[in-house]
Amino acid sequence: MSDLQLKDLYDGFRDPDTIKAFKKIIDEDAKKLEHPINIMEVCGGHTHTIMKYGIPQLLPDNINFVHGPGCPVCIMPKERIDHAYVLSMQEDVILVTLGDMIKVPGSNGSLQDARSKGADVRFVYSPLDCLKIANENKDKKIVFFAIGFETTTPMTAALMDTVIKQDIKNIYFHINHVTVPEVMRELIDSRDEHVDSYNHQIDAFLGPSHVSVISGSKIYEEFPRDYKKPVVVAGFEPVDVMQSISMIVKQFIENRCELEIEYKRLVSYDGNKKAQDLINIYFEKISLFKWRGLGNIKDSGLKLRDEYAKYDAEVIYKDILPIAQIEDHKLCICGDILRGMASPPECTIFGTACKPSTPIGSCMVSSEGACAAYYKYGNLL
Amino acid sequence: MKTITLAHGNGGQENNELISKVFYKAFKNDILEKSEDAAVIHNGELAFSTDSFTVSPLFFAGADIGKLAVCGTCNDLAMMGAQPKYLTCSVIIEEGFDTKSLEKIVRSMKKELEVNGAIVVSGDTKVVPKGSVDKIFINTTGVGEIQKKGISSNSITSEDMILVSRDIGAHGATIFAAREGIDMNTSLQSDCASLYPQVKALIDADIKITALRDATRGGVSAVLNEWAKQSDICVEVDEDKIPVSDEVNGICELLGFEAMALANEGTFVLAIAKEDAQKALDILKQTNETASIIGSVTDQYVGRVVLNSAWGTKRFLELPTGELLPRIC
Repeated sequence: MSDLQLKDLYDGFRDPDTIKAFKKIIDEDAKKLEHPINIMEVCGGHTHTIMKYGIPQLLPDNINFVHGPGCPVCIMPKERIDHAYVLSMQEDVILVTLGDMIKVPGSNGSLQDARSKGADVRFVYSPLDCLKIANENKDKKIVFFAIGFETTTPMTAALMDTVIKQDIKNIYFHINHVTVPEVMRELIDSRDEHVDSYNHQIDAFLGPSHVSVISGSKIYEEFPRDYKKPVVVAGFEPVDVMQSISMIVKQFIENRCELEIEYKRLVSYDGNKKAQDLINIYFEKISLFKWRGLGNIKDSGLKLRDEYAKYDAEVIYKDILPIAQIEDHKLCICGDILRGMASPPECTIFGTACKPSTPIGSCMVSSEGACAAYYKYGNLL
Repeated sequence: MKTITLAHGNGGQENNELISKVFYKAFKNDILEKSEDAAVIHNGELAFSTDSFTVSPLFFAGADIGKLAVCGTCNDLAMMGAQPKYLTCSVIIEEGFDTKSLEKIVRSMKKELEVNGAIVVSGDTKVVPKGSVDKIFINTTGVGEIQKKGISSNSITSEDMILVSRDIGAHGATIFAAREGIDMNTSLQSDCASLYPQVKALIDADIKITALRDATRGGVSAVLNEWAKQSDICVEVDEDKIPVSDEVNGICELLGFEAMALANEGTFVLAIAKEDAQKALDILKQTNETASIIGSVTDQYVGRVVLNSAWGTKRFLELPTGELLPRIC
């Protein structure tokens, strides 16, 4: 960290004058819009920024946000959490995962609950921290419950790479990595079975930028080309978001429909080839992955390739992992929220039965979830 | 709340719930219900407080568990305008603990007692089998002589301004940076310090102090929310007036935290009568240049804290909830 000044991470991208200047440009340009536009921020990190910095308060009435499915915690189905819970309760297992994941309730409780019952559950900042845990606990099996989109997958692949190269005997993987383009396509293509006409309400996308640092902006090409939805890959600071909205509005008033990158300081068209190669060595697509609230989505998840089955906790612990399908809570409308069809306050249990301290739906669990962001920041205006 | 989780010790919402539903319910009395930093007893002449200390690592940039254990209780007394006088010290030690480290911790306690002009007059030692505690837990209980009566978190009004004594979040950020897993080279130091000298300076200058509270677990955010509820007021703070060091801001960026929710161990929040706010600020600045007037009291949203951004937006600042966990990506 010594060369990077921590200040560089945010300085300048929260400048009030720049934000106000973008507000002015957007206000002027929005007057020329022929119809209101709904912009979906796919990524939970963007939802968080938008609510934390009060961005909707800066925008004219004809520009709206709809919140997308891009929070790795929000989309984790109960079935998978139950797997983690069962694994954590094994006497010789240390279950390791990332941050917020330990709060998500499964059908028996969350990993936090498992921990309070004596399970050894740990969270790490980086998957590579598993190496130290494995070294210090040679008599235990370390199961890494891997989660996240394209952003976190390379780190799991890097851990896998080290485990193989160093011949580490006590690290196993439970893979829950998912991919963004498939779910974006699902949101546009799918029809809701509960209503006659499914209206996804998406006119344009703010592209998840951390995902694109790895995969490149190229993964979103199909959306302007095939679906006529502009995509601007946006950074996470308020200036980034305001600039990206301005870029989207300009596309509409200039009758363009393109893939653009606002977050040029980190995102390229091709992305990080080395990371992509590492992912391809160890992972392959699985035909269906169930998303909480959205159901099974084709080709949207990853698994370890068969040749690495001896590291795969789902194979090793096959006999004890529950297989029952679990319905989402009847009153919870997280599915509709993740699809961009409803906003959190429209849910009847929002802020009452469902709160960050007692989450019922997954969008209330993660700090990056839409409901949690609304609960925390969004109920003022 | 079927079982206790780490979230119940966060200094935020779950912690409050645990205290009110279990402890306040059982121990109900007029003094306890005032919910001040220290109990005011003996006809308003004495302040009385207790605190237990568990921290990992035990030694960190700027302090250690010993300094923390003295500062914590003495600061609770100071927040009621009391000079810390007598402390008890109770330690629970895990077998196998290194005696040199214990001596270092006790030396650190001695030094900090001197800063406060307090002495340890009673104590207790327990040693428990390995694995029963995490190395060492320390409890301190203290009695202080109230130098200025009437300081209370229940009597803040729109006649007050809200100040903080220095930049916020340094302790919480230091602990996160020191924990295994983040190899981070920072010059960050915990703010851990005894606050009585600053409180004494304010009292000596005859500043009209309405309320004081050290912003420990739950951070400044928890203090302001508690004040808003206890005094039935709306606290409005300006985000650009809140002092946060570049390094704390950077760590918050990396891990997805808010500086307002990070713990402090030598930073306090003040409600000062408007006419004395500037004078109080000048006194605080003599100790730390980053002290700042961060907000005012209104009746816009009673019981809530409103954060105004520099670009004209506003949002509620909520009581922290859950265990502080780093974000995923």
